[in-house]
Amino acid sequence: MKFLTTNFVRCAIKSCDGAVNSFPLKYSEIELVQEEQDFQPEFILGILPRLDWPAILKVAADLGNTSLPSQLPEIDINDPSNEILLKDLHTLLIETQLVQGKMICENCNHVYHIKDSIPNFLLPPHLAN
Amino acid sequence: MDQISIETEKDRFENVKDPALKEETYVHTVYNEIASHFSQTRYKPWPIVEKFLNSRKNYSIGLDVGCGNGKYLGVNKNLMILGSDRSDGLIRCAYKNGHRGLLVADGLQLPHHNDRFDFAVSIAVIHHFSTEERRIQAIKHILSKLRPQGEALIYCWALEQENSRRGWKEGMDQDQLVPWVMKSQNEQQTKLRYYHLYKKGELIDNSVSAGGEIVEDGYEKDNWWVIVRKV
Ligand SMILES: [Zn+2]
Repeated sequence: MKFLTTNFVRCAIKSCDGAVNSFPLKYSEIELVQEEQDFQPEFILGILPRLDWPAILKVAADLGNTSLPSQLPEIDINDPSNEILLKDLHTLLIETQLVQGKMICENCNHVYHIKDSIPNFLLPPHLAN
Repeated sequence: MDQISIETEKDRFENVKDPALKEETYVHTVYNEIASHFSQTRYKPWPIVEKFLNSRKNYSIGLDVGCGNGKYLGVNKNLMILGSDRSDGLIRCAYKNGHRGLLVADGLQLPHHNDRFDFAVSIAVIHHFSTEERRIQAIKHILSKLRPQGEALIYCWALEQENSRRGWKEGMDQDQLVPWVMKSQNEQQTKLRYYHLYKKGELIDNSVSAGGEIVEDGYEKDNWWVIVRKV
């Protein structure tokens, strides 16, 4: 599960629909692996406006990274000084893999698991619907 | 497996009252059992799906609901697509194929924001829900994740496929248990999967009942497909 995915998943339980603290999930006891991936700066730049930046900050903090800018900076791809920032974002969003651990909904406290890099959102029958 | 044993199994299937349990037994369990064999046979993207993905705006964000081994996740590198599947076995195949935006989830309980995604595809998935209510609900659930004007491409197996080796056609039973034969060197095993075979117009009707607006629809290689817009 690449870090980027955490920005697009929340609690699957219906009663948490729309609850502010059902997103992002809280990431706990996470084992991380860095995996080399192709660097596509245009792609990173293209999807940045679609990210929930405060959620990126919160999950990064769960994983022990508090070095990100608190506001998403304006990035001009033609400005070479932005290359470093884009590379950092690539390393964080695309190359950082969550391999094992727990994802907890802070609204209902349900715990989801990541096993061998795959997050599982299936619900036990009594929580379905 | 002969026709008689399929019919015996069909009786058993019909006696299961809970549709979710039916799907658990005749869809999810089977896919987990046949995952790697099934995955080896699924590598060529269908043209309509490819065209849909390649016509999305660069850096759109989307969902592949029931992504199987992930064969559509890499078609257009300029899209951000999350692939989910009910089968852990198939998601593991997608992982082995190099995909990293994956999750195991139920199509009726997707763990995503409402009104956020630009597009979705759901290819050969909705026909595995065992009641019409659940099939409509599944389409509705996908649409709920799209932003207004977002589009979903949905593909289902057709009842009208007289030229296929199965030979199903108009007037036949739309609810079928379909054998999947796994051959190894000295063993042959047959697993039965449940399908609801869509008849002409039915996928359009279901999509409209789900609250969508039809953008385009058609028939390709034994399947009905529809592009539905969220209004
Ligand atoms: Zn929750």
